[in-house]
Amino acid sequence: MSETPHDQPVVVIESKRSWAFVDFRELNHYRDLIYFMVWRGIKVAYAQSVGGLAWALVQPAIQILVFTVIFGNLVDIGSDGLPYLLFSTVAIIPWSYMSGTMSAASGSLIGNSAMLGKIYFPRIIYPLTPIIGGLVNFSISLILIVAVMVYYQVTPTKNMLLLPLLIVMMMMVPLAFSLWLSSLAIRYRDVGIVMGYFMRMLMYTAPILYPSSSISEEMRGWYVLNPIVGVIEGFRSALLGASPEMFIRWDSLICSFVVSLLLCITGAVYFRRMERIVVDVI
Amino acid sequence: MTSRTLSVDNISKLYRIGVPQVTSVNSSNPLVRVLTKPFANFRKYRSLYNFSEAELAGETPRDDILWALRDVSFDMDEGDIVGVVGANGAGKSTLLKVISRITPPTKGRLTVRGRVSCLLEVGTGFHGELTGRENIYMSGTILGMRKIEVDAKFDDIVEFSGIGKFVDTPVKRYSSGMSVRLAFAVMAHLEPDLLIVDEVLAVGDVEFQRKCLNQMSEAGDRGRTVMFVSHNMSAVARLCKRGLFMRGGELAQDAPIADVVYSYMTAGGQSSAERVWEDINEAPGDDSVRLHAVKVVGENSMPTGTVDIGHAMGIQITFDVLEPDHQLSPYITMVSDAGIDLFSSADSNRQFESEPREIGRYTTFCWVPAEFLAEGTHYVRVVMRAMNRQMLVFRESDVVAFNVIDERNSGFGTTWWEGKPKGLVRPNLDWTYEYTPPAMIIKG
Repeated sequence: MSETPHDQPVVVIESKRSWAFVDFRELNHYRDLIYFMVWRGIKVAYAQSVGGLAWALVQPAIQILVFTVIFGNLVDIGSDGLPYLLFSTVAIIPWSYMSGTMSAASGSLIGNSAMLGKIYFPRIIYPLTPIIGGLVNFSISLILIVAVMVYYQVTPTKNMLLLPLLIVMMMMVPLAFSLWLSSLAIRYRDVGIVMGYFMRMLMYTAPILYPSSSISEEMRGWYVLNPIVGVIEGFRSALLGASPEMFIRWDSLICSFVVSLLLCITGAVYFRRMERIVVDVI
Repeated sequence: MTSRTLSVDNISKLYRIGVPQVTSVNSSNPLVRVLTKPFANFRKYRSLYNFSEAELAGETPRDDILWALRDVSFDMDEGDIVGVVGANGAGKSTLLKVISRITPPTKGRLTVRGRVSCLLEVGTGFHGELTGRENIYMSGTILGMRKIEVDAKFDDIVEFSGIGKFVDTPVKRYSSGMSVRLAFAVMAHLEPDLLIVDEVLAVGDVEFQRKCLNQMSEAGDRGRTVMFVSHNMSAVARLCKRGLFMRGGELAQDAPIADVVYSYMTAGGQSSAERVWEDINEAPGDDSVRLHAVKVVGENSMPTGTVDIGHAMGIQITFDVLEPDHQLSPYITMVSDAGIDLFSSADSNRQFESEPREIGRYTTFCWVPAEFLAEGTHYVRVVMRAMNRQMLVFRESDVVAFNVIDERNSGFGTTWWEGKPKGLVRPNLDWTYEYTPPAMIIKG
């Protein structure tokens, strides 16, 4: 190595537990590792399966069909005048991403305890891996959305321009929750136990299976605090904007963004504080 | 110019082991217990990592706190190869984990200059479903390399591992030897400024261990700083110049490796010159034969840890033959404190190479003559061969150790010119003279 001592990074390890934010410089050094971790996750998930990545289509498709049969046909809970299949597909695909990555990322420290004790790299890579890796599945399942939109001959509107922002917000939600939950889970395993209830609560308090128009205006102030509400309403407006009920609801969008951002920032600080002691406590 | 790679400044590491139960509520009522338990648990899990000032001061010993490391300080410069020895639980692994940032110190600070690679196990990050090629990239980046660095070394890694055409086969189809070789090949091509190795040598065959040792000593030659933890004293002694002896979480000695190894071998209750396996099931060997005891004895056949260069000494080996019909022949190898094999000696009674031994306990002595071994620590490796099965039943390194001293100062050590006699052995050879009168010397 031709580096002179002056170029070499000096790391000081101290006993003091300080409040710090994500070390982006260090994270940048490990960006190749993030790439390979994401890639390993995808490869291992579908290794030696006949379906391979096709499962990324089949799984949400089955879920959508079940919900459409039950809530669209057997029980009519309304869909703002849209065909229920169309109405639910554009919500279930982003929700599948958020719920799947949230569970995986929240359990990522506990699940990797063997590796945590053997090697150091920035621990935030553990929850980041499923959140980034989930985008591959998400992109594939977008085919379902396109197929349903083509089938119902939906005309795209300029609302589509919101999509990049919505995808960022869709990633922020699981990141926000899992930074908190994964670092809480290393001390309190209760997190793993309540995770299932928590996910269902998030799902039923967001307009995934039912239209948000069924929530009264008085309740809406509370309703939009669930950051998933903004993301789901956003996806419906962006993709189905031609329908008059699907106008952009800025209140939920802004609220979702602010809530996720606050949880992300505080979660990152808490994560950073807990990642130091993770090996001793886990 | 050497520069400081690592500076460890008074680090301590505390663990809370078992928190005393806090019983604030009358807990005879089971309902009350169920309701108050979560609060007690909450306090308990919260306190796992929090220590009070009094606890940190550590003046009064407490049952619930373990000092895995206590006020450890030392420095390492570029090119240092340092061996860390100590009994299980002495804090060796904790020390490595603190230096490699896996866990923080509870007290104190340390400064590391440059890139650290920590090999606490072989194959961290390996996944059976990935191919050899994919695992090379996975493992390399986990160990802190960039992708371009792995690209540059990829061919060397494949070559070194010898996996050849299996590079695109999933690792789960590899033999265990192949995957270990591949994992080590990645590690061997890291170029960290500080290399930390823990018991990697515990796996793999003799050839592989030799490869590991060579790789580490080459790393040292190239100016890397290496820190090596092992229970294999001859490996430590061969590789390192300096040693750290950990005992009860404290750094008991920081000295040249030979001194440290000797302190370690002679520390503790049982003399290292004597090893007895009380439990036959834990003794080296198999169902046919088990080692029972190995002792270093003096001329009088009494165990001793120190022998004088002027006296003969023996290695006494006791083993139990448990099945008939085995042709068993033990041999020993004497290893110097630098880890060099000095000589091997087999049971000179050739009878047992062709005739099976009867069931029973055998005690055999291998006598080493006086005026033969050099001063210093020696280790003994004991091997049992089963001739009929053409295999080694056991091969135990560093079973016993002893120190050879020169009480009479019979060498030429105290003369004005240099010091100790050189070499690995110091045989007392016969010197003879032939004298030629001056008239016979032809001048010019």
